[in-house]
Amino acid sequence: MTDDRNGTPIIEARGLRKSFGPHEVLKGVDLSVARGEVLAIIGPSGSGKSTLLRCLNLLEQPTAGEVWFEGTRINNPGVDVNRVRTRMGMVFQLFNLFPHLTVVNNVTLAQEKVLHISRREAEERARALLAKVGLAAKEHAYPNSLSGGQKQRVAIARALALRPAVMLFDEPTSALDPEMVQEVLAAMDELAQEGMTMAVVTHEMGFARRAADRIVFVDEGRIVAEAPPERFFSAPESERVRQFLEKIPT
Amino acid sequence: MNSLGLEAVEKSFPLLLHGALVTIEVTAMALVLGALAGLLGGLARVSPLAPLRGLAAAYVSVIRGTPFIVQLFFVYYAFPQLGLQVPPMVAAVGCLAVYSGAYQTEIVRGAIESIERGQVEAARSLGLSAGQAMRYVVLPQAFLRMLPPLGNEFVALTKNSALVSLVTVQELLLSAQLIISATFQNFAVYLTIGVMYYIITSVVSTGTQLLERRLKVYV
Repeated sequence: MTDDRNGTPIIEARGLRKSFGPHEVLKGVDLSVARGEVLAIIGPSGSGKSTLLRCLNLLEQPTAGEVWFEGTRINNPGVDVNRVRTRMGMVFQLFNLFPHLTVVNNVTLAQEKVLHISRREAEERARALLAKVGLAAKEHAYPNSLSGGQKQRVAIARALALRPAVMLFDEPTSALDPEMVQEVLAAMDELAQEGMTMAVVTHEMGFARRAADRIVFVDEGRIVAEAPPERFFSAPESERVRQFLEKIPT
Repeated sequence: MNSLGLEAVEKSFPLLLHGALVTIEVTAMALVLGALAGLLGGLARVSPLAPLRGLAAAYVSVIRGTPFIVQLFFVYYAFPQLGLQVPPMVAAVGCLAVYSGAYQTEIVRGAIESIERGQVEAARSLGLSAGQAMRYVVLPQAFLRMLPPLGNEFVALTKNSALVSLVTVQELLLSAQLIISATFQNFAVYLTIGVMYYIITSVVSTGTQLLERRLKVYV
């Protein structure tokens, strides 16, 4: 079931359940991501795919089940969650840049306060990453002066600044105007090509098709299909997937 | 007919100025201590620890629910019955700070709660602790949102400081009353201190407005 290109998976969820009050959003999910793998998580709205992703870095505390990361069970009282999170970058649908900090300071904050990297070194790394996402000229701008696409690219740089082992993307292009989607996807494509391990919740079927190594389809709190993109799109094994793909442009 | 008493104001002006200085002194000390109480109270109100939340809620509820003048008299006149003699200045500054702190607690809480949840999530996803997220991400943004209501609160505090004349702190109002009891020039003296209060509160509100404008660069 796992794409085991590099031995053990870097992230693994076992029997994951999550309830909000009486409402069970995840109903027992097993999922693993191998080192270097790009995993696309797709499914209808409200299926639980974002909750699943947010359980992986414990932004949501699972109600039951286990989350393993780099060989350690991380939903355990003794685990330093903050340390774990520096190894998992996350990019949000609504960017969540820090509006009171300039672009460069958005990228240096956690480097300095969490990893205790010197200001100079943190700034150097921030500049390199901003150049990489094509925003070197914006380092002294405040987020509110940027377009949505630019904000999301800064958010990617901010997450990469801690040199994470995995990047989690939670619908990174869903809040963008159509003409800005491509610039963000291009940055993600580049990351994928560099071998970054990625788990991407997305509605961008084009991205899933070309960049993902594997696609999982989540519906009503369960993974109901799982396949490499070729097979997933051309010969969907489940009726539910077929229905879903018929309704969205691919 | 005599003038409206301008010469009385002129002669006793140094006394009024001294009273104004005491008013500024009392207000400034109460403002700093009250802001501290408000910050701690506000943080307690949003704390994950229920007892802390309860304590802060009780503080706000009791202080806001009783007249300031009763609180002040209680400390100044009732504490001695417990063997605790509180000097007038201490009672004045302490009571004003505690009173204002209750209102500021609610201002701080409201501002903190108005910051989008995604801000904390982004900070935590980068490995910042809850405390670091509060300090580096939430509070700086919340502070800007606190400023307009805090400006109001500081003005209210300045005006409330007149009440401490009732526990013998010789600030602006009590100075005025002493002058009036010697000269009977109610009109000129009350008019003068009214203007003086207005100048002080204008400085306070202009100050917070300037600060707000300076901090607003990122909006």
